Amino acid sequence: MPATSSSVGSGAAGAAVFADSDSRKYRYFDPRGKRASHYEDMTVDVQPDPERYLIQDWIIAFPNGEGAYDKSATKALSSNWHAFRAPDQEWERTHYQRQSKIESLIQGVISNARKFGVHRKFDKAWYKILQNQLGAWKHAEFGLGTSLMQAQRYGYTQMINNATLTNSSYKLRLAQDITLYLAEIGLDIDGWDDSAGKNTWLEDSMWQGTREFIETIMGAEDYLEQYFAINVVFEPLVGELFRSGFMVQVAAANGDSITPPVISAAEADYERNLANTIDLMDLLIRDEKHAAHNKKLFSGWLKKYEKLAKKAATGLQPIWSLPHSKPISFSDVQEVAQERFSKIKGELGL
Amino acid sequence: MSKTLTLNKITSQRGISVGDAAAKIADLGWNPSYVQEAMTYPTDYKITKTPKDPMKQVLRSYFPMEEEKDNRVYGALDAALRGDMFRNVEPRWIEWMKLFLAIIPFPEISAARSMAMVARLTPGEELRTGFTMQMVDEFRHSTIQMNLKKWYMENYIDPAGFDITEEAFGKCYATTIGRQFGEGFLTGDAITAASIYLTIVAETAFTNTLFVAMPSEAARNGDYALPTVFLSVQSDESRHIGNGHSMLMSMLKEPENYQLLERDMKYAFWQNHAIVDAAIGTFIEYGTTNRDKDKESYAEMWHRWIFEDYYRTYMLPLEKYGVKIHHDDVHEAWKRITEKMYVHTVAQFFAVGWPVNFWRIEAQTEKDFEWFEHKYPGWYAKFGEFWKWYEKLSHKGSKVVTFNEEVGYVYPHRCWSCLVPCLIREDIVVDEIDGQLHTFAHENDRWTAVEAFADEYQGRPTPAMGRFSGKREWETLYHGVDLADAIVDLNFVRSDGKTLIPQPHLRFDDKEMWTLDDVRGHTLMSPLKLLRDMSPADREQHLADYRAGFTINKCN
Repeated sequence: MPATSSSVGSGAAGAAVFADSDSRKYRYFDPRGKRASHYEDMTVDVQPDPERYLIQDWIIAFPNGEGAYDKSATKALSSNWHAFRAPDQEWERTHYQRQSKIESLIQGVISNARKFGVHRKFDKAWYKILQNQLGAWKHAEFGLGTSLMQAQRYGYTQMINNATLTNSSYKLRLAQDITLYLAEIGLDIDGWDDSAGKNTWLEDSMWQGTREFIETIMGAEDYLEQYFAINVVFEPLVGELFRSGFMVQVAAANGDSITPPVISAAEADYERNLANTIDLMDLLIRDEKHAAHNKKLFSGWLKKYEKLAKKAATGLQPIWSLPHSKPISFSDVQEVAQERFSKIKGELGL
Repeated sequence: MSKTLTLNKITSQRGISVGDAAAKIADLGWNPSYVQEAMTYPTDYKITKTPKDPMKQVLRSYFPMEEEKDNRVYGALDAALRGDMFRNVEPRWIEWMKLFLAIIPFPEISAARSMAMVARLTPGEELRTGFTMQMVDEFRHSTIQMNLKKWYMENYIDPAGFDITEEAFGKCYATTIGRQFGEGFLTGDAITAASIYLTIVAETAFTNTLFVAMPSEAARNGDYALPTVFLSVQSDESRHIGNGHSMLMSMLKEPENYQLLERDMKYAFWQNHAIVDAAIGTFIEYGTTNRDKDKESYAEMWHRWIFEDYYRTYMLPLEKYGVKIHHDDVHEAWKRITEKMYVHTVAQFFAVGWPVNFWRIEAQTEKDFEWFEHKYPGWYAKFGEFWKWYEKLSHKGSKVVTFNEEVGYVYPHRCWSCLVPCLIREDIVVDEIDGQLHTFAHENDRWTAVEAFADEYQGRPTPAMGRFSGKREWETLYHGVDLADAIVDLNFVRSDGKTLIPQPHLRFDDKEMWTLDDVRGHTLMSPLKLLRDMSPADREQHLADYRAGFTINKCN
């Protein structure tokens, strides 16, 4: 049945030629490249503000008079908050595809390994390490995920908030992945105590530096400070140090071929989140008006969180002595972590 | 007896139960002891009971499930193109999608943001998993809707309006209503906004009309893309409704919350009615070409979903806890939708304002009239002549309906609370806030702005409650400005620099399309400013005349 309400009997593109009948691109923002990416089309300006199109300003305010989003939610300053585009170009479909693939992969690895009893061949001391140390680590990831969930409320643009939201989603997924992985292999291991990880996290002196670091991030009121602390400082100096520098590299030597694939998805997550963070921070550090202010601010954050990172990493050091087989030393991985951190700082000119 | 072959015996693996998995994940949280989390979005509510997570879903099953839903949606969009959907789609319908899809991604992403607000002040960790998934869901909804809009822009006969969508959202005199809706989810008291207004009322009650009723009408107009997207969106809503209900049960544990609950249920129900019914009612009743008398009208659907399902089975039981429910508001909303023809007055208002819109509005014609009269007895006497005028004045060169005295329409005052104008003329109310006069569409709107959105409620301090702000009356922005200049400022002009994006017809022909020259010479005015400038006696007379209503002249 033809379109009865159309003067040309069709509602299809090209059925008639008239002014703007070929205007088939969003024309209210400037794309980063020559043509807008699909990510930009899905993301840019969905969160409006008085600088970009809210001609009536915010129409509901908090009791202090601030509108839904306010630049004062961070101490950082920008002459154009709208310039940021996330290098990972994530929108809903790509996010679900990636998360779903990771979940399928992890479930496949765990299920297959359990089927063949791979985990029964782990070194006995390694069981305790998984139960206690990896069990503690899941809480760190959860703390980062909830911090980022909080942070995604505050950014001045959709691009910043969506990058923060997907970062939160990745962290919360990892926290849950570790939780369920340990619970599942624990079903097959005599004497497994699933609550030991949380006790270790709350009480073991090795973990208190890390917990203090995480809680400091959770308690920060500046959303950008949280994003910075997590991706610029915590992840290279503590996150990768523990995940890749210990769990991934030490596992195989102790008969564990399951943990590395479960954990290593997180490193790929971090590569994306780091790229997003660096782009945003770089934009602020090179800001035409506020570069000096931002650099000083970030240097302050760096000082504050580097100190906490050092304390956290030092606290974790004894973990490298726990396994029977010790293929790599703490000092070696810490050197790698420091090198990585230096590169990040160097890239940002901090 | 033959032996049954079961693969399960070979492949099964002992696993942890859903309940166990949810409990272990809920145990990921802890009480910080080094640094406390900042309570950055305060509430006047007291929440001490840990809410339960009714869905008990974990991300491991959530992500693949959502990916599968996405695959179906995107597969259906591809299939629609292969099936040449746009050849048969009704432009009368798609044009309204320019307005709808300009609005809806913002409330969706606002809902994602607001999850941060409730997650932090909710005790325990159980429901945080639910909030996490809702956050990611809302991110999905916002961007999947942006994708649908882009898809319309690429494939529909007239992409103008879709191509400026988010800019138009911030500027248009109609989208201001949607902004009130979206900002309401994430500004002010965190529980009022993110829990009562968003999940307990908007999602639990009104998403049925938004995401179920609208898709049905879309399909009747040859658009089977919107149903695919929006029914997929709606399938996530049960999770959000569960989050809301769980929070509500926690709120009810504290008697001191009852006063605030009564306030917020009243505010949220009334404003959702005023905003959602205005918009969705118009899309469904006026965006359709289908006049099957056997299908339900918007009023009939409202009665089924809002009155029977929500009011009777969700709101009424709250009374047994001692929370006062405003039955009269629900009945009044029903009366507005039926006897007072609320939706029809809104459609009429949108049509009168067509030059400052960014989509096309086609006239209703004889074949529509019969259906309206059948479903809404008395409709023709009230609106028949208007739509005849609208059709007559849809031709380029006519005096624009907005300013045409021959028609007899009186441009309305804007409601300071819901931002829909005061269209049921006899119900207009005025009151002062901080010494400034404001107009309201109904006593409940006055109550919302003056009594609910204040720092004190019935003698109780409410320091966390939001405030109405900004240039809320859109018309104030262009007071004394020529209509053509206002349209240029709004950027509602096609790229030839003269043809308007909005058109009062569906004639896809340059010769028929209105340009800036066709609307120049009329000055926009702010009814509120004019009212404030009147002497008290003149103002009283003006309001008496306004309440008496207007008569549309006969169109020959």
